[in-house]
Amino acid sequence: MTAEVEAAVATAFREEWGRIVATLIRITGDWDLAEECAQDAFTLAVPRWERDGIPRRPGAWLTTVARNRATDLLRREAVGAAKLREAAMLASDPDPGGPADDSARDSGVRDDRLRLMFTCCHPALAFESQVALTLRTLAGLTTAEIARAFLVPEPTMSRRLVRAKQKIRNAGIPYRVPPAHLLPERTTAVLGVVYLLFNEGYSASAGADLTRRNLSAEAIRLGRTLAELMPDEPEALGLLALMLLHDARRATRADEAGDLVTLEDQDRTRWDAGEIAEGTQLVERALRRGNAGPYQIQAAIAACHTEARDAADTDWPQIAALYGHLAKLVPSAVVELNRAVAVAMAEGPAAGLPLVEALETALPGYYLLPATRADLLRRLGRTGDAATAYREALALAPTESEIRYLRKRLDAIS
Amino acid sequence: MKYILMLASDEAGKDESAEAVAMAGCGGWTEEMEGRGVLQASIGLRPADDATTVRVRDGEVLLTDGPFAETKDQIGGVSLIECADLAEAAEVAAKHPWAAFGQIEVRPVWEP
Repeated sequence: MTAEVEAAVATAFREEWGRIVATLIRITGDWDLAEECAQDAFTLAVPRWERDGIPRRPGAWLTTVARNRATDLLRREAVGAAKLREAAMLASDPDPGGPADDSARDSGVRDDRLRLMFTCCHPALAFESQVALTLRTLAGLTTAEIARAFLVPEPTMSRRLVRAKQKIRNAGIPYRVPPAHLLPERTTAVLGVVYLLFNEGYSASAGADLTRRNLSAEAIRLGRTLAELMPDEPEALGLLALMLLHDARRATRADEAGDLVTLEDQDRTRWDAGEIAEGTQLVERALRRGNAGPYQIQAAIAACHTEARDAADTDWPQIAALYGHLAKLVPSAVVELNRAVAVAMAEGPAAGLPLVEALETALPGYYLLPATRADLLRRLGRTGDAATAYREALALAPTESEIRYLRKRLDAIS
Repeated sequence: MKYILMLASDEAGKDESAEAVAMAGCGGWTEEMEGRGVLQASIGLRPADDATTVRVRDGEVLLTDGPFAETKDQIGGVSLIECADLAEAAEVAAKHPWAAFGQIEVRPVWEP
């Protein structure tokens, strides 16, 4: 495929996937069918665009092809007759779900993609299902990526997604944009979606790229829109601050060869001062409301890092305390692991090691656990044990960049 | 008197028996009770996984995923019967094949 078509399809996927699936869900009421037809449209786009050129409005082209595909499939089954009438009716609507309908006005959410996210996060679904389904359906993340984000095996996540779609079908949950007064109960889930989207972009869970710039940039854009939409929701401000403070370090997270550079060794002069200033100001503004939630605390931790001149100058006792506070709000083994690292920095590796070892059963298959243990063992001079732990981490590391980083560390002590 | 029979069983135990019973017209129970003029209405329910619970608190409608009570046994169906007294209602319930693997709550209908 030519580079031009490849780029056009990639851009269309990023910008249009969620909208196309949402349109098809609205038309057919069938989530699986919607996803399948959208997938078919993107597959067909490659040869067609190569033959006929890239259409002027790729989104409209893809939507039409996906809708025709849905019509074809529904025509083959008798039960599709009613849906089909609806599809025919909607097909005459020049821009279904677009600015022409009232959903933007009723919900007060002008951003198309954000509005679809609020629509997807229906409270009759379990919280994790809302987030997972939105990441799958609207953001186009793979089941494997979502499974890693939730730290569960892929088959578990797959079952959860199937289950959620079954409930939508069996319980008759409508795909309808919620009015403004129903947005608050969905906000936590939408914040979760944006956060995980950012994370997936910031530390891609698999493959050669350490950062998928586009996903993170889109998450920041959505976070900004959310913060404007809900200026009184401190967690929305906290999330935006958190993303900005992480993103500020993006350029220094990998070296020229694409290898991971840890916080300790990053070139702090190359951190984005604008993002740091904005993020710091946002987290301070949020915390002044005296209702510190998980995103605000994580942003405060990130601010501790960006304020420090170097790793030694970092306020590790403060970070350890913040992680302690976070662990009380959201009991999680990953938070405990981070707290252990901060304790090791504040009080020495001997203080951190037992905290890490205590998490062994809680985080099976999580490469950062043996990687952290290896690092503490190395600093304690227990090279043999450190090497064993590095090998354990290597077997679990998800990206090439992390594998090379661990191998370097292992070589250095062998 | 009117009674509601609430058919409950352990969904986690995944006794396909419940489904099989429903598919088989409750093993002739439906016909028999209709013939006796006892059975007035009967419905089967989807599993509790598909339930949504609604509450209104401080004027706010709250929806949650799942049944109102996370008990081992969940209601799988209900029947409305008309009987002389509880003795007959219990006899009718005992004849329902569901009683053999789950349990049936017999509840008099409020008739002011």
